[in-house]
Order: sequence, then structure tokens, then C-alpha cells
Amino acid sequence: MNFEFSEEQLFIRDQARNFLSQESTAQVVRSILDTPEPYQRALWQKIIELGWTAIAIPEEFGGLGLGYLELCVIAEELGRSLAPVPFSSSVYLATEAIKAWGSREQQQYYLPRLASGELIGTLASSEGLGALEVNTTVSNKGLHGEKIPVPDGDIADFAVLLARSDNAGTGLYLVDLTATGVARSTLNSMDPSRSQARLVFDGAAASPLGGGTDGQAALAQLLDKAAVLFAFEQIGGGQAAMDMGMAYTKQRFAFGRPIASFQAIKHKFADMFVALELARANAYYGAWAMSCDAPDLPLAAATARVSASDAYYQITRENIQAHGGMGFTWEFDCHLYYRRAQLLSGVIGTQPQWKEAIASRLISAA
Amino acid sequence: MDFEDTPELAVFRSEVRDWLDANAQRRTDQLFLGMEGDQAFQEAKAWYKKKSQAGFACLTWPREYGGAGLTPLHEVIWAQEVENYKTRDAHFVIGIGNCGPAIMHFASEEAKVELLPRMASAEDVWCQLFSEPSAGSDVAGLRTRAEPDGDNWILNGQKIWTSGAQYSDYGVVLTRTDPTVSKYRGLTLFMIDMRQPGIEIRPIRQMDGGQHFNEVFFNDAVVPDAYRLGEVGGGWTGALTVLMSERLAISGIQPTGFPQFLELVKSLEINGQPIARDPIVRERLATWYSQYAGLQAANKRMITAVAKGGIAGAEASLGKLVGAVMNQEIANFACQVFGQAGIIQDDSFSPEQGHFQHSVLFSPGVRLAGGTDEVMRNILAEQVLGLPQEPRADKGMAFQDIPTGNS
Repeated sequence: MNFEFSEEQLFIRDQARNFLSQESTAQVVRSILDTPEPYQRALWQKIIELGWTAIAIPEEFGGLGLGYLELCVIAEELGRSLAPVPFSSSVYLATEAIKAWGSREQQQYYLPRLASGELIGTLASSEGLGALEVNTTVSNKGLHGEKIPVPDGDIADFAVLLARSDNAGTGLYLVDLTATGVARSTLNSMDPSRSQARLVFDGAAASPLGGGTDGQAALAQLLDKAAVLFAFEQIGGGQAAMDMGMAYTKQRFAFGRPIASFQAIKHKFADMFVALELARANAYYGAWAMSCDAPDLPLAAATARVSASDAYYQITRENIQAHGGMGFTWEFDCHLYYRRAQLLSGVIGTQPQWKEAIASRLISAA
Repeated sequence: MDFEDTPELAVFRSEVRDWLDANAQRRTDQLFLGMEGDQAFQEAKAWYKKKSQAGFACLTWPREYGGAGLTPLHEVIWAQEVENYKTRDAHFVIGIGNCGPAIMHFASEEAKVELLPRMASAEDVWCQLFSEPSAGSDVAGLRTRAEPDGDNWILNGQKIWTSGAQYSDYGVVLTRTDPTVSKYRGLTLFMIDMRQPGIEIRPIRQMDGGQHFNEVFFNDAVVPDAYRLGEVGGGWTGALTVLMSERLAISGIQPTGFPQFLELVKSLEINGQPIARDPIVRERLATWYSQYAGLQAANKRMITAVAKGGIAGAEASLGKLVGAVMNQEIANFACQVFGQAGIIQDDSFSPEQGHFQHSVLFSPGVRLAGGTDEVMRNILAEQVLGLPQEPRADKGMAFQDIPTGNS
């Protein structure tokens, strides 16, 4: 029994932590939060140079040929440092979609360019309020419809999306977002350190991805893996917010003593620790299931996502509370984590959807 | 990351399975086998003796003390396999799980050879005597006095919440030997023969009607000095060993109520409608599962740490804290799902033979026993997260000068 990352994987994690603690500081995050810039280009460039965008791409397509476990440890550190870059969109979603369903030609074109950072991709799955519905259509007149919100949709070069056609049902398509027939606009969001966009398609060209596969089923498989990777971002961010709160309450004095010595405060942190440890354990199990494509990956992924979203929300909410009034200021970083927790629990679907995934798996299991 | 056994452990696992198949009944339901009644006790002793003779008791203990001399991973494999069988180990958990490690660490060689093999074969049953009426979460505030008398110590005072005292041959008892120094420094730990005239045991009737616990009174009870565990005045160190072992002993077996709830959701129909279709039931099921699965996976991480030679630390408190609350919440929710009929507690009428009604009434005790939820949170905050201790009003005071509510 070995339920821990390998020495090599932990080494990658430590390297990533060192790098990001210097390169993705709160100041860097705020340089995106406070300005119209969609992402931190200099940081993104360095991440590409470190090879992180190439980690899980096979060597024959210009990647490093490593596995999901290596990607998990990087995700945890990106989450911890609130890195304002389109990594999740391009790597967990676009790259993985093309790895799984791209034709040989599509893989040969896209994967080396995703690995080298020449292209940024994303997934456009939402079409407005509520769960994922597909009203976007595709025909010989091109793509018609609207996707909102699309993470990094304003800067991505291409998107993977679901569209309906009269004769082929719902399928996955690849769309060049820089071509004609695509109108995109940046949206305000609760976490402006990461970019969100509205995409309107009016006759844009779309090429099928994974010809003949059931688009909804393919999307579900894609989102299961992404859920595990996002869970690592969430536990990384949760740990950072909790560390921040403990450091503050240990040195903040009231009534002649550090406020962390009051049980009202320390029990809050004990509860945060419990939520985070459960989330971390579930994320580890998800990572294992993903790394060996275990049959219970869908249940493991939904479980990892539900507990990571719960934990990150609880921790960032209570971190503000533990800081008192200063936690409510723009100046303190508490809101950066709180905003990111909102963003991460929203992308790829919210709690009701993922909880339903857990319930239906448990109830239908023999 | 992989969950495969090494070849050696795989052989051990199949030996365990074969032996359990031949000697124990497979579990057909999830019902917890309690420890009440003399017949249950006799069955339990017989079972444990058989287990001990087959070499499956006290797997990690040295052979000279009645153990099997194996590793913590063998113990984990045993626990994983035995979970599928009906067995009665509850009477011996406190002795073997809590008292054994402290005896191994602090007792003389003579006492270890005399007492441990009998504990390991369940020939002797042990209890743990720490809590007192005025010393619960603040257990170091206890008042049972031990005074020297030649080669003996004479004990006077009262313990409470002692599980299984009525079945016990011996106990590990924490006493005050010096009230003139601070409360932690005036304690001494002993082993005590429970079968003596100076000890009186009275059962406590719990709010659920059961009788797991006792009051134990010492009236000039006698303990030979050879049964002292550690130094005079060094009892707190030994007590911490016992308490930490207790959390480890129960962390893996803490009931959460989740498997029973899942079974209920899958099987129960009300007015022809499966409750599994109710969106509120589905939401609660998913939320509790995410915690339940987290505990299972956290346990795998703890096992990994142990396999690498580490020790499971205060993180073991997590399982108790989460499991005990979940158990109560699940029971309460299930009774709400039953509607008005949920208030009836009748094994022949209530779903699952009244399991959920029984849990509603029993679960408050689980949140208190072995360290309350609040004590668990203090342990996590102070020992795992390193947050500062609450200032204490009794710090540095001699025990005898500490104010009490009833003086």
C-alpha cells in the first residue's frame, strides 16, 4: 500500500512551489485583478519555459510524456499561488480533449503547439444559467449559438465545445476563435484575476472532434479528470488561505492575548483543517483513480470535487472572519482566495450537479 | 501510488481470509455487536482465545509478551479483512489497544511477562480508570489519592465512565500522589487488580437505556509498588501514551452510520416511492459520502505513513470528530425521512430493526467518549496546527490550591 506521491513527484511539487512563491506573488495576482489585462503574460511565458504545459503530452507530440500525478502536484501549487494564467483551460481541458478524441492530424497539429505555448485552448461548456444544456447548433452553414461564460475565452486561440447537429446528434467540436463568425467579449466576474468571456458564433467554422462519439459522454469523461485537477488547485489555495489566517491570528492580540488562543478562533481552524484533510484525501484518491483509469474514477472525481469546493469555500469564508475588519479590506489578500474559491467551484459545474453525480453512482451501484 | 500488497503481505492476507472463513461468521448486516450481557462476554472470550491460539492476536506485539511479532501493516490487513465478519472484540479494545502500549513502555520486565500474555489471549480483561466526576476533559484535575504504605499504595476515591469495569480483572489507574505540586506533576499511574474488596463497581444507566459504563469506587484498595507504571509523579506522561493509543485504537473503527444509510436509501420505499428518488435524500447522501470517502482515503494516507516507518499522530482525532457527528446527523435525518412514524422505536416496526432510532439516542455518547468534540478540536488546533494554548487559570498553582466549583 502506497498512497503518496513519489519522491520525483514531490520534487516537482517543491520546485513548483519555490518558483511560484517568487513569480506568482500577491502583487502579481493583483496586477491582473486591478487591470484589464486578462492574464499575466510574463508568468505564463516562464511556465511554458519550465515545460508545465507539456507535462502530460506524449513525447511524440512534443510533450514530456509524464502522467497525471505530475500534473496534480503542479495544479496544487498553481492553486496555492493563485497563478493568474490560463493553465487549467489550456492544459486540463483543451489539451486533454485533443489527447482523448483528436484525430491523428488534429493531435499532430494542436498538441505540439499546446506543449510549446504557441496556442492557448479552452473548453466552452456553459450556455447560461443552470446546468449544461446544448442549444448551439452546427450545420453546413457553420456554428450558431452562444457560450457563456467561457474561461479564458477572450484570449484562447481555439475552443473545444459541444454542438448539436440535425444528423449527428450532440458532438464535440474544435473552433478557431480568431476566425470569422466568432464574436467575443470579456465579462466581469467575481474573480477578475482570471478571465471570463462571452462567445457568440454566427457561422463560424467548426471541425468535429472524435467523430461519432457521444458528445455528452465525452464531455463527462473530460470533466471527471478536470475535476480531480481542479480539486488539487482548490486544496492548494485552501492550505494557503488557512496558513494566512493562522499566521495572522497568532500575532493579532486582543484582551491581552493572541486571538488564536481563543477557542472560538482555534476551533474554526480545527474545522478548516478537517475539511481540508478530507478534501486532500479525496483528491489523492481521485489522482490515483485517474492515474490508472480505475473504474470508479467518475465517483472518485465527483467526490474529490464536492469536498474540495466545500473546503475551499469554508476556509476562505472563515479566513475573512478570523481577520476581522481587516479581512474585509481590498488591501488584505483574504478576498483573493475567497474570489478564487468562487471561481473554482463554478467552472466545470457547481455543487448540485456534482452531488447528483455522486448520488446517482451510489444508488445505481449493485 | 498503488494499493497492491507486497508478496509477503498478500500471503498473510490469504491466510487471514482462510482462517476467518473457517472460524467466524460472515457479516450479513452492518449491525454493531455491542458488549452487553454475560453471554456475549463469554462468547467474546472464547472467540478471542481462538484468535490468539491461531496467532492473530496482538499482531505487532513481541512474541515474548503474547504477540505475533509482526508489523503495523499486518495489523492493517487483519483489520481490513475482519471487517467483513461478525466478531466480538469490543471487550478487549481498551486493554489491548489503550493499556497494553503503556504497560509495554513503562512496566517492569517481570510485570510485562506476567501480565501481557494473559491480556493478549483475553484470559485477563483490562479497563482504563482515568475520568472522575470532577475531572472529565480536564482529566489531570483528578482527585483519587494513592498513598504509600510500605511496599504498597493505598487508593481512595472515585472513577467514572469506566467501560467494562464489571468484566475486568485488571485496570490502569491514574491517581494523585502529591497535591502540593502542580496538577500535572502530582500524578502517578498504576496497574491494579480489580478483584479485591477495596473496589466497588456500579453500572451507569445511559440515556439510551444501555449500560456500557460504570462508576468505580476505591475504599483502601491496595496496589503493590511493583505495579507502578513509570516514576512517582510521572503519571501524566504515561496517561498521554494511553490516550494517544486510544485515539489510534478507535480511529479506524469509529462508526459513521454511512453504510447503513446507503443501504436504507437503496432499499426503502415509502408509499410505493423509493426514497432514493427524493432530491433532498440524494443531496444528503452525496454530502455525507464525500466525508465518508474522505475518512476512508485519509485512513489510507495514515497507513502509508505507518508503512514508511512514521507514526500516526494527532491526525487520528479527525476520524472520531467527523464520524461521531455524522453518525448523529444521519440517524436524525433518517428518522425525519420516516415521517411521523419515525418517532416509534420498535424493532419489529421500525426500518432496519430500529437502528436509526437507537443511533439517535446512543450517538450523543460517542461525541463525548474518548475525548469530546471540543477536546478533539483543541488537539488538532494546538498539536497539529501549532496554535497557542488557552491561558489557564490554574497554571503554576499547587493542585490543592486550584479553585473548584463545589468548595
